[in-house]
Amino acid sequence: MEWLGLYNYWVVVALMMIGFYIVIAQDNLIKKLVGLNIFQTSVFVFFISLAYLEGGTAPIALEGVTQYSNPLPHVLILTAIVVGVALTAMGLALVVRVQEAYGTIEEDEIHQQDDLH
Amino acid sequence: MTEHLPALQVAIGLTAAPVVMMLGRSGRLAWALTTLTCWATFAVALALFFEVSDGSVITYQMGGWAPPWGIEYVIDAANAWVLVIIGMISAVVMPFARRSVEREISASRIAMFYCAFLLANAGLIGITVTADAFNIFVFFEISALASYALIAMGRDRRALISSFQYLIMGTVGTTFLLIGIGFLYIMTGTLNLGDLAARLPEVADTRTIRAAFGFIAVGISLKLALFPLHLWLPNAYTYAPSMVTVFLSATATKVAIYVLLRFVYSVFGFQFSFVDLSMGWVLMPLALLGILVPSLVAVFQTNVKRLLAYSSVAQVGYMILGISFASTLGLMASVMHLFNHAITKAALFMAIGCLVYRLGGISLTHLAGAGQRMPWTMAAFVTAGLSLIGVPLTAGFVTKWHLIQAALEGGYWPIALLLLGTSLLAALYIWKVVEVAYFQTPDDEHAQVKEAPLSMLIPTWVLAGSTVVFGIYGNFTVNSARAAATALMGGAP
Amino acid sequence: MTDASLILLSLGVPLAGMMLIIACGRWAALRDGVTVATAIAMFTTVLQLLPRVQAGERPRLELFELFPGLGVTFEVEPLGMVFAMLASGLWIITAIYAIGYMRGAKESHHTRFHAFFAIALFSATGIAFAGNMFTLFLFYEVLTLSTYPLVAHKGTAAARAGARTYLGILLGTSVGFLLLATLATWWLAGTLDFTPGGIMAGRVDPGHGSILLVLFLYGIGKAALMPFHRWLPAAMVAPTPVSALLHAVAVVKAGVFTVLKVTIYLFGIDYLQELASSDVMLYVAVFTLLAASLVAMRQDNLKARLAYSTVSQLSYIVTGALLLNQIAALGASMHIVMHAFGKITLFFCAGAIYVATKKTEISDMNGLGRRMPITFTAFFIGALCVIGIPPMGGVWSKWHLIMGAFEGGYGLVVLALMISTLLNIGYLIPPVVRAFLLPPKESDAGGGLREAPLMCVVPIAFTALGCIALFVLAQPLAELLGGMFVSAPPGAAP
Repeated sequence: MEWLGLYNYWVVVALMMIGFYIVIAQDNLIKKLVGLNIFQTSVFVFFISLAYLEGGTAPIALEGVTQYSNPLPHVLILTAIVVGVALTAMGLALVVRVQEAYGTIEEDEIHQQDDLH
Repeated sequence: MTEHLPALQVAIGLTAAPVVMMLGRSGRLAWALTTLTCWATFAVALALFFEVSDGSVITYQMGGWAPPWGIEYVIDAANAWVLVIIGMISAVVMPFARRSVEREISASRIAMFYCAFLLANAGLIGITVTADAFNIFVFFEISALASYALIAMGRDRRALISSFQYLIMGTVGTTFLLIGIGFLYIMTGTLNLGDLAARLPEVADTRTIRAAFGFIAVGISLKLALFPLHLWLPNAYTYAPSMVTVFLSATATKVAIYVLLRFVYSVFGFQFSFVDLSMGWVLMPLALLGILVPSLVAVFQTNVKRLLAYSSVAQVGYMILGISFASTLGLMASVMHLFNHAITKAALFMAIGCLVYRLGGISLTHLAGAGQRMPWTMAAFVTAGLSLIGVPLTAGFVTKWHLIQAALEGGYWPIALLLLGTSLLAALYIWKVVEVAYFQTPDDEHAQVKEAPLSMLIPTWVLAGSTVVFGIYGNFTVNSARAAATALMGGAP
Repeated sequence: MTDASLILLSLGVPLAGMMLIIACGRWAALRDGVTVATAIAMFTTVLQLLPRVQAGERPRLELFELFPGLGVTFEVEPLGMVFAMLASGLWIITAIYAIGYMRGAKESHHTRFHAFFAIALFSATGIAFAGNMFTLFLFYEVLTLSTYPLVAHKGTAAARAGARTYLGILLGTSVGFLLLATLATWWLAGTLDFTPGGIMAGRVDPGHGSILLVLFLYGIGKAALMPFHRWLPAAMVAPTPVSALLHAVAVVKAGVFTVLKVTIYLFGIDYLQELASSDVMLYVAVFTLLAASLVAMRQDNLKARLAYSTVSQLSYIVTGALLLNQIAALGASMHIVMHAFGKITLFFCAGAIYVATKKTEISDMNGLGRRMPITFTAFFIGALCVIGIPPMGGVWSKWHLIMGAFEGGYGLVVLALMISTLLNIGYLIPPVVRAFLLPPKESDAGGGLREAPLMCVVPIAFTALGCIALFVLAQPLAELLGGMFVSAPPGAAP
């Protein structure tokens, strides 16, 4: 059962699909953002798990340590997390403005008020 | 000093942005500083362009860290060309922006607006100059975040929801790109585009690399609004402030196309993309539909900004079509169109900006009689419109000529015919505007409208005029496009 | 003056004239004077080029280059010289006639009318002097666009509908077929320069060549090959001077001129003989020639009848181009001139009848000949010229065409030309017979009817005399046109 051994990737795929589904299926703008976050998180997990090496430790230069995880993806994901936070902030700010302008954050209700095709 | 030009290209804008924001009190000062920044950036872009015009390649190691540890910036004929496009558009749009932004953005936000604009600009430049795959992702997000903010500042409340739609779709796109980059990294252990190109052939025949290619292609296609992934674009362009529409329509999709070209031609290589994966056959039907359907939709629009937004989707189709021919000539046509369409569409949206400034709106009913009230604005609109159609002696024609030559070279006669047919569609939707503007009498409300202010009119005419200049003296664009195509075909930066 | 400056001047004079016309729009007399002066200035400029072309020179001008090998260039060769002289010469007469007509018929917007007329002449000159297919295409489109406001001049619903058909067919065919053919030629042959003997031989295989020929001939919608001829009758909603100059001379002749240029200078007669589609297109032209004559017989509206007659006569020229020998091509080129003089006379007469009597239907014209003797005599002369009966110029072009058909061994074409001549008589002579021989209607019997104003009648007399003069002048014309086939003109720069 080798493919079960790669369970971390299955988790990534599951998270990705859940997130993507929420983005598409939900009308509520906040829920869409939540979905987007799950979607992004799955990618973060993906990067971190591909850096992991069986039996490796944290990438800190210590005496006697020869095997450690690849630090580069960690660094990348730190950056990506920052980007993700910025995006979420931006998205939430927009949702607040939408609430002020339309009095609702449900997409179908917004479309009833304004013709957006 | 000159060896730091590649870094300066990005750094000038990024440094100026917070300063501009701190000038919050005075919108005028913020504008002046932003303008200076854009001009400086353009000057740097030109310097770089001339430096690589002999076919040389400039490499620059950020902070002195050599790859594979550090981030490398590489300038060749291809991205220098894109830098010139971005630089030129932002340099021309800034003088135009002053009055337009004062009218459309509340005074307290003007400084923030220009700050966001500088970030968007720097982000796009960063995408273009960097030779690091992850860095491309980061700059994509910088420019995208700033663009979401810019679009949301539109006066209509629909701008908010348009911006949100763009945020969702844009983020999905860049995340796809990130996944693809992750795959590439597992297989090659590098993020440097040059190293990627060198190491990929060994592992090219694996499912992982093919998946990486798929994720990257789809992710970028979302950003460049390839039909049918274009849904965010018409709303975003329609409800954004005039100046933002000008800037984004001329640069954002172009940069995304450049990234696609870089990955497809330089990183994955011609053999992998077009021979092994037959990418041409995937892109061609999408491009053709992408030309035809949005052109037809555009014919039925009553909001002129929206009409032009759909036309932008169609124009993206032209550029993708050139790529799908999988030939040097086709690639040349696409690269050429990056420039020709940028000046054409920017001129059109600037004319729209002038009309909005005086008329307050941009549906066809607003435009009645605008030909007599605002003759110079409308003349610019018509001139750029001719270029959009692809009339001889305009920039658009130079592209169409090469694109059709590429179609004939590939033996696609029906496509050549279709391209001419869609030019007629473009003629139809431009004519629709012209007919209303010149042959209808204005209603009482708009009868007293005056010509747009000179500070807006002159930049509009600079671009409208250049569509004619580059239509008559096509050698510059043709040669630059040839150099860029050679650079792209030749390998990674 | 140098060659280049003469060519520039020929193009610049009508443009400058247009601006002056607009500037003088407020003063009717001055504006009309400017119009005529521009026409005369243009004709004299064009005439300066004639001796050089006769001497075998080919004046050239490269205006600018879009990208390597493709530019806007001009080169004056015999056919273009003849076309330019024809268009600019007849403009003088038409300008005078138009002033008389526009005032007589109380049309509005004179300034716009004369201004666009000048642009149309500018583009006709551009077509005549074009040195490559791209330049020709450019001016071809300008001509289409600049004549649109002239066709729609009256501004009524009918006028706009007619103008829309006009624009739709001409733009559609030219962009869809002509531009495609041009692009394909560039791709296959690598050049678009008009070269004696053609550019395709040895570069384009006959299979592609056959397709290109069809694309070119249908793409040149102005040549009105069936089924793309509908625009010509539709354009008859225009005021008569427009119909006269543009739809008897400038526009339609630009079409057949382009056909001749394409067949002689792009394909080359020898190369065309290898193509499978040459014969097919020849019979399309012959069919158009007969069918349009038959349709013309059934028209009661005089201008509509003349329009269909034009469709038919244009096909004479296309037929001549496709008979693929020098005699026929010469005949076709001469027919451009002969038909122009004949048909412009006929249109002028139709306009004069309208100005004087407001009549447009042939069945209403009984007995008018006695009131308007000059007009109807001129009509008779013009008709004879178009039919091709001595002592009119038209006889020579038809003679060459029939000789060419004999030489090519096309018996059917000879027969068709003969039948068509009979049909020509059948539809062009009855109006004259009605006017002179039948008694006038009772309502017309009063004394109110007389000749149109002098400014209308003098041009008519002039062109009618031209029809006769061409009978004598055919020889020098043929000599000039013979230069078309000389591949390396003597004295030309290498």
